[in-house]
Amino acid sequence: MEMPTPDPAVLSKKAQLIDRLLTVLPEDAVIHDVMETRVYECDALTAYKCPPLLAVLPATTQEVSDVLKICHDMSVPVVPRGSGTSLAGGALPTADSVILGVARMNAVLETDYENRVIRVQSGRTNLSVSGAVEEEDFFYAPDPSSQLACAIAGNIAMNSGGAHCLKYGVTTNNLLGVTMVLMDGTVVEIGGAHLDSAGLDLLGVVCGSEGQLGVVTEATLRILHKPEGARPVLMGFKSNEVAGACVSDIIKSGILPVAIEFMDRPCIRACEAFAGAGYPDCEALLIVEVEGSEAEIASQLSKITDIARRHDPVELREAQDAEEAARIWLGRKSAFGAMGQINDYMCLDGTIPVSSLPFVLRRIGELSKQFGIAVGNVFHAGDGNMHPLILFDANKPGDLETCEAFGAEVLKLCVEAGGCLTGEHGVGVEKRDLMMHQYTETDLAAQVAVKDVFDPNWLLNPAKVFPLAITETRRAPPVAAE
Amino acid sequence: MVVDCPETEAELAERIAAAAGPLAINGGGTQGVTVDGNPVSTRAMAGLELYEPGALTMVARAGTPVVEIADALARENQQLAFEPRDLRGLTGTSGEPTIGGVFATNTSGPRRVQAGAARDFLLGIRFVDGAGQVAKNGGRVMKNVTGYDLVKLMAGAHGTLGVLTEVSFKVLPKPECTGVVRIVGLADDRAVAAMSRALGSPYDVTGAAHLMGGADGAAVTLIRVEGFAESVRYRAGELQKRLSEYGESTVETDAELAAAAWKRVRDVEPFHDRLGAVWRISVKPTDAPAVLARLQPDGAVLDWGGGLIWALVPDGRDVRAAMNGIAGHATLIRGTGFPRFQPEPGPVAALSAGLRAQFDPRGILNPGLMG
Repeated sequence: MEMPTPDPAVLSKKAQLIDRLLTVLPEDAVIHDVMETRVYECDALTAYKCPPLLAVLPATTQEVSDVLKICHDMSVPVVPRGSGTSLAGGALPTADSVILGVARMNAVLETDYENRVIRVQSGRTNLSVSGAVEEEDFFYAPDPSSQLACAIAGNIAMNSGGAHCLKYGVTTNNLLGVTMVLMDGTVVEIGGAHLDSAGLDLLGVVCGSEGQLGVVTEATLRILHKPEGARPVLMGFKSNEVAGACVSDIIKSGILPVAIEFMDRPCIRACEAFAGAGYPDCEALLIVEVEGSEAEIASQLSKITDIARRHDPVELREAQDAEEAARIWLGRKSAFGAMGQINDYMCLDGTIPVSSLPFVLRRIGELSKQFGIAVGNVFHAGDGNMHPLILFDANKPGDLETCEAFGAEVLKLCVEAGGCLTGEHGVGVEKRDLMMHQYTETDLAAQVAVKDVFDPNWLLNPAKVFPLAITETRRAPPVAAE
Repeated sequence: MVVDCPETEAELAERIAAAAGPLAINGGGTQGVTVDGNPVSTRAMAGLELYEPGALTMVARAGTPVVEIADALARENQQLAFEPRDLRGLTGTSGEPTIGGVFATNTSGPRRVQAGAARDFLLGIRFVDGAGQVAKNGGRVMKNVTGYDLVKLMAGAHGTLGVLTEVSFKVLPKPECTGVVRIVGLADDRAVAAMSRALGSPYDVTGAAHLMGGADGAAVTLIRVEGFAESVRYRAGELQKRLSEYGESTVETDAELAAAAWKRVRDVEPFHDRLGAVWRISVKPTDAPAVLARLQPDGAVLDWGGGLIWALVPDGRDVRAAMNGIAGHATLIRGTGFPRFQPEPGPVAALSAGLRAQFDPRGILNPGLMG
């Protein structure tokens, strides 16, 4: 994976940059010691590391604006960072960049149950947004697996999803407004507590722009009352095809479960060995969860199990109580840990039309044999969001490269099947060089044109999302003096 | 004036590339928008490209009539869950609403509060920009964060950034049954409070509207729940209990009557035969009573729990000035004297203008409509 060569002109300005930043930030908010900047050398895509020039931790929108203005003046690239949980390298620095972390901005600014919104600073973690409204039995719906750690800023940058977005949508469907600072320091207010935009839907394009358009410092989010209850059912099937057909039939029946999770045999076995959740030994397993009152849950589950029975299940287990529900989820929730126990893994998130599930799973199996690399599949089946976990050994020379080549083939397969490269993790650096498989140069030019408007000098997170060749002339050119 | 109706995307692209002056872009022309320029309609680019009921997705060419889509979906017991409004009665137009027009204007009805807006259901687009270049964005899958979300940007851009030629979107099952809790005679502030109470409940309310009282009758507040019959009965009953302090309520479960009541809200039927300007005002619900108090409208329909106000006022009344200090915005749907869209604050307006300059460098797509 290639990153741009650090600009020597920027590297040589480090001392001057620190001096200027210290005029707007307290001393402990400017991290420039070479050892300390290592904390920011990577995110959750740990295969790639590079310490930044320095890191800053502003505490207010004004401080963010001041920092950006200085970096803009001095033509220093800035990489915004939430909690650093990106699986796509969204917060991976370059040696000539400043990491702008929003972790110190984590306050709840306003909780408004009547209008069902909460306003928070963007460094607040996803789970603690729900935590702030729990006393009134409300919650914030998007629930990425990293929700304990990941920040709202990162959720907005990547338009994060989660297991329950089949019913509740992803970040963009639950975001109503932001305060955002542009690279030149301009503070803009987009949206608010009302439900739509006065003009162009700028919020729609800001969400998912991977920190390339501005730094979001505050957000207004939709909150919902919790359902009265929720309960899963577990079903085992003889083949991926049959499980796929069952998913399709459930969806067509008019029931909208909050989650439909799918695991294939390699994943089931790994989870069983790791967590001992009592999963059946079968080719494919579905966990379907529904919500409502006791009676509503019972009635929906009986409709779902009726459908499942038509597909000759090898196992059908309805949770009778909270403990059994927890046990059904236990294996699924430990899937990543279970696979990690076996080896290092790379997690992809290509998304496909639900109808292509059996075909894509079959092809992934064939590719796994061809590359000689093991893979387990666990994913959000209701919306076709795959999560192949590809195993490799980081200590074995060449294994990472083979794994990446395998991963690239899987993602191309997703695109060929009518899907996309990434459903919820983002492009970052990981899928940057595959973009031309999904989009033409004209398609990408339309996206690049948006960044030209928000950040004309291409200083914000510049080496991400788009193949480097496409953005080369736009990214701040090295100063002539070199 | 003769309306130019290209039959293919390539033809449209040629037409736009060759255009010597402004183009007035529309679908069925039912939104009541007037723009200077040679009229170009997408209506001849029609037809379904793909429909997979089991994947809840449909792909259609932009000019496909909404009614054709609704019929195809109904055959599989599915629907456009964002409930697009049919504004013909309100705007006095007679065209055929198109799916491209619905998405280009982000036209969303009562279910927006629960299911989301048109933009939330739009999965992918193909479009022709102002230079005549064809591009695509998004796709036909439910979750997609591959690159920037131009799908959202184009939804609601009213054709000013590009002309949609193909849309792929998510559809949902039609609920088996509808229940409507109805309370008569509530003052505006009490109605908004009641709707907030309902929307903040665990009962999955899919519509909350209030028809202001006046010369032609008492005020009516409507709360909707949908789903399987027994579940609807249960939740409607629970809502009645929860709303008991707001007075007596009744529950309507007759399918036709319930549908008619919500169509009345969706299409703003109370204003169809009344003279005056119609404004569409978007605020946070609890600000709605203050807006109404200031405006003293001749009629008002509150949708989205009060977050969307349809106000009937004498033509020429400056609604935006009256709203001064209240966050939100007002769009002039029918009437004269003001720009259709509310001017945006400086920095936001600058970004919007920058985007228009990128996507439509000659400024020929619905020029002036959005600023």
